[in-house]
Amino acid sequence: MSRLKILALLPLAAVLSGCDYVVLAPAGDIAAQQRDLVIISTVLMLLIVAPVMALTVLFAWRYRQSNSSARYEPEWDHSTKLELVIWSAPLLIIVCLGALTWMGTHLLDPYRTLGRIHAERAVDQSRAPLEVDVVALDWKWLFIYPDYGIATVNELAAPVDRPITFRITASSVMNSFYIPALAGQIYAMPGMETKLHAVVNHAGTYKGFSANYSGAGFSGMHFNFQGLDDKGFDAWIASAKSAGGSLGRAEYLQLEKPSQNEPVRRYGTIDADLYRLILNMCVETGKMCQSEMMAIDAKGGAGHQGLNNTLPLAYDKYARRGTALGPEPSFVAGTCTPDAPQGKTTASITAPLDTAPLLGAGLKRPTFTPLKSSSFFLGQRPKSDS
Amino acid sequence: MSPDLLKLIFGRLGLESLPLHEPIVVGTFVVVALGGAVLLGGLTYFRLWGYLWREWFTTVDHKRIGIMYMILGIVMLLRGFADALMMRGQQMLAFGGSEGYLNAHHYDQVFTAHGVIMIFFVAMPLVTGLMNYVVPLQIGARDVSFPFLNNFSFWMTVGGAVLVMASLFIGEFARTGWLAYPPLSNIGYSPDVGVDYYIWALQVAGVGTTLSGINLICTIVKLRCPGMTMMKMPVFTWTSLCTNVLIVASFPVLTVVLALLSLDRYVGTNFFTNDFGGSPMMYVNLIWIWGHPEVYILVLPAFGIFSEVTSTFSGKRLFGYTSMVYATVVITILSYLVWLHHFFTMGSGASVNSFFGITTMIISIPTGAKMFNWLFTMYRGRIRYELPMMWTIAFMLTFVIGGMTGVLLAVPPADFVLHNSLFLIAHFHNVIIGGVVFGAFAGINYWFPKAFGFKLDPFWGKMSFWFWVTGFYLAFMPLYVLGLMGVTRRLRVFDDPSLQIWFVIAAIGAVFVFIGILSMLMQFAVSLLKREQLKDVTGDPWDARTLEWATSSPPPDYNFAFTPVVHDNDAWWDMKKRGYQRPLTGFKPIHMPSSTGTGIILAGLATAMGFGLIWYMWWLAAVSFIAMLVVGIGHTFNYHRDFDIPAEDVIRTEDARTKLLAGAK
Repeated sequence: MSRLKILALLPLAAVLSGCDYVVLAPAGDIAAQQRDLVIISTVLMLLIVAPVMALTVLFAWRYRQSNSSARYEPEWDHSTKLELVIWSAPLLIIVCLGALTWMGTHLLDPYRTLGRIHAERAVDQSRAPLEVDVVALDWKWLFIYPDYGIATVNELAAPVDRPITFRITASSVMNSFYIPALAGQIYAMPGMETKLHAVVNHAGTYKGFSANYSGAGFSGMHFNFQGLDDKGFDAWIASAKSAGGSLGRAEYLQLEKPSQNEPVRRYGTIDADLYRLILNMCVETGKMCQSEMMAIDAKGGAGHQGLNNTLPLAYDKYARRGTALGPEPSFVAGTCTPDAPQGKTTASITAPLDTAPLLGAGLKRPTFTPLKSSSFFLGQRPKSDS
Repeated sequence: MSPDLLKLIFGRLGLESLPLHEPIVVGTFVVVALGGAVLLGGLTYFRLWGYLWREWFTTVDHKRIGIMYMILGIVMLLRGFADALMMRGQQMLAFGGSEGYLNAHHYDQVFTAHGVIMIFFVAMPLVTGLMNYVVPLQIGARDVSFPFLNNFSFWMTVGGAVLVMASLFIGEFARTGWLAYPPLSNIGYSPDVGVDYYIWALQVAGVGTTLSGINLICTIVKLRCPGMTMMKMPVFTWTSLCTNVLIVASFPVLTVVLALLSLDRYVGTNFFTNDFGGSPMMYVNLIWIWGHPEVYILVLPAFGIFSEVTSTFSGKRLFGYTSMVYATVVITILSYLVWLHHFFTMGSGASVNSFFGITTMIISIPTGAKMFNWLFTMYRGRIRYELPMMWTIAFMLTFVIGGMTGVLLAVPPADFVLHNSLFLIAHFHNVIIGGVVFGAFAGINYWFPKAFGFKLDPFWGKMSFWFWVTGFYLAFMPLYVLGLMGVTRRLRVFDDPSLQIWFVIAAIGAVFVFIGILSMLMQFAVSLLKREQLKDVTGDPWDARTLEWATSSPPPDYNFAFTPVVHDNDAWWDMKKRGYQRPLTGFKPIHMPSSTGTGIILAGLATAMGFGLIWYMWWLAAVSFIAMLVVGIGHTFNYHRDFDIPAEDVIRTEDARTKLLAGAK
């Protein structure tokens, strides 16, 4: 039994020996607060778990059959006082822990902007947080710095003590964005956006990776996160800018194809609208953006005419969309463009002349104003990069 | 033959579907094929087929079905554990640029299969088997409410297991993780047969589980012997009742969510796709609405076993029977209010996360109360350290650690740093091995003499115990440590060489557990050889307290010649105390259900249908489906459903026991 106990103490020994245990010794304030919660909760629970374990061993030893000096009361099976204690003691602990949980969960909500940089320092309101758009691809990470107009693959950097706002999405399957030294993880999911607010307090290089299995290349889906001082960060941005590469829609579509163990890449210029297009699953020209479809649906939908026209919406790639028994994806080639030759693929379908019939019978045309580079229907989008 | 005709007959199945290029799989296949050939040859040589068919495959006797469930669970444990050893081996080796010995294609199948098999085809059969065997005996019934349904349920579970095993040699298994989250498991990203094997194996087995749940609820509600009110039921029967309520309420959710996923995969609907308004998160919610109750489905019967064992081997009434029952019921209800704690990190708001975090913590209150009840059952007892009691003590010490880390993971901010890490893996193995598996082993050692009339060998039992327990700690404590280092699950290769030592320790632990499993098989073999020495003729080798010990070991087909009458929740203890005399005369014919082959035939057809659907052999799926309907309807015309055991046979059986008991004194 003693061997078991020594093993059970291993995690404690681990805490004491330090440095390697990034969850217990993080470099960011959010992760540090989460670590504190881990420790406080554990201590709270030990208040009841430790006596239970001790009593188990004690009773198991004391009331063994060979010990005839111990009392034996075969009919004793009830005690209201004891029952009260055994229900209320765990209840009390859970009341404390529950209160702690309620507060901690709200204070450390990843969607919540930071109120402090460090235990002793409030956020400097004059300094805007660093914005980073994170995209989990098969199987690498794309980081876009919208304020600086650069992007990187499998490399992330941030200045020390400046709050960071991550907006996170994915291209194909679920991943989880996790830098243990910085803050807890949050899932990266296609067509959806999650957020994370965090800050790094110590300069250094930390590991980041996907914490949710996403397929064959999952093991290689990691990156380095660098906490840099302001000067170092500016230099890092400058070096990325001078790296020269450019990330437009065409390059992105190339990049998002599955690949494993990707090296670090930097792009000096980016398509400013790229993250929005990725999030709305419409980077490919000819695709309808999710936000546009939602706008149409909010107005009552496109009616029967819209039903068949599914090709601009199809997204899940790399394998057939058509299934064993299901239909091939269909599209309307001729509703609005009677002249269009039959059998042409969508890529070369020209812009419809009049989009009104697609909006549903009797409905008013949505007052939706196209944003920047996109518009309602396939083909009308400027094809600057395709 | 033309390719079109081939496609019509074999669907997607071709020679290239056979993993002939994978030496590990081919090796396994050769071993399995040889072993299978020896087994089948032996059965044929000793002319056992007829015996097996008549006495076992077609039986509707809950005791034999229970034993077959246990055999299924133990056989599948070997497969699931082989996967575990492969994972431990891979993670131990794949450091410093080494790719290990498994490629991603293979490794990803291994961890998926491990999870699926251990939950659905090891833990579930073991738990169901024990409930099937013990519950009717504990409530003084002659069989379950629907004996034919029981046989059918068992064979459906086997059908699911057969499909999983088939995926090893024909095609491949899912590479998605054991819950097959879309979009990864959807047709766009997993176009191969793996996920289809997953879906149909679980659908076929799921029918069996659901029906078995209905059966046991009816049995417990309707077939209790006179005097056994709800609050006089043994605790194991209570936990079984709650477990089966959970099964009936939650397995349909699994069936539906898998059906929706198969619609996505087969007919191009968009429930869980990224595009067309599909929502992968809906799948995650639905599968955990089944998945969390599933945890309690497994662990509640184990709690019941520990209650029986503690009270028997402490020679004492169970402390706080009433609070034990209420704790069980509270856990049953609360288990439906916590599912979201499996994905705090998917971006729910803070209030939602706190709600589910706190409900999760609340479950630990009744669970803690149970722990105290066992503790105070031991208090002022006379504890006999037989194997079931040893497993119980190991459980009590191990499970509280798992419970503690579980509550820790229920604190959402803590979960943000520990979710999907090896800490989580350590936690749920801590509760499933420390709770369910130890419970099943306690149950096997406890009820084995009831089922076979001789005890299990204690030496090999203790070997198994110590290797399992030390192996468990060696294998999983390092994973807690690795989790605190931020190491995530399901990784195939690692960069940081400083982690390797922990994986080596974990692998050594896995080898210990392996020795523990081998010792257990050895224990069965040795006990069988020494059965005369280990024989128990009293039917009550442990001086136990509940009704199953009132009858002979093994019990006669009809369980009890006369239905017992109960006055106390420790019914048999009470009967012994009041000087119960076994009736020796007045036996009457006993009405019993007849065996039928319909269950195994239907399940075989369901399995064939699953196979057809997996490989797109539409003709096979259609033919087996129609055949199922025909056989099912045909069975309604089978009027030979019951028979009477003649009074002379009952007298002969009971007289034989009278002689045995006299000889024992």
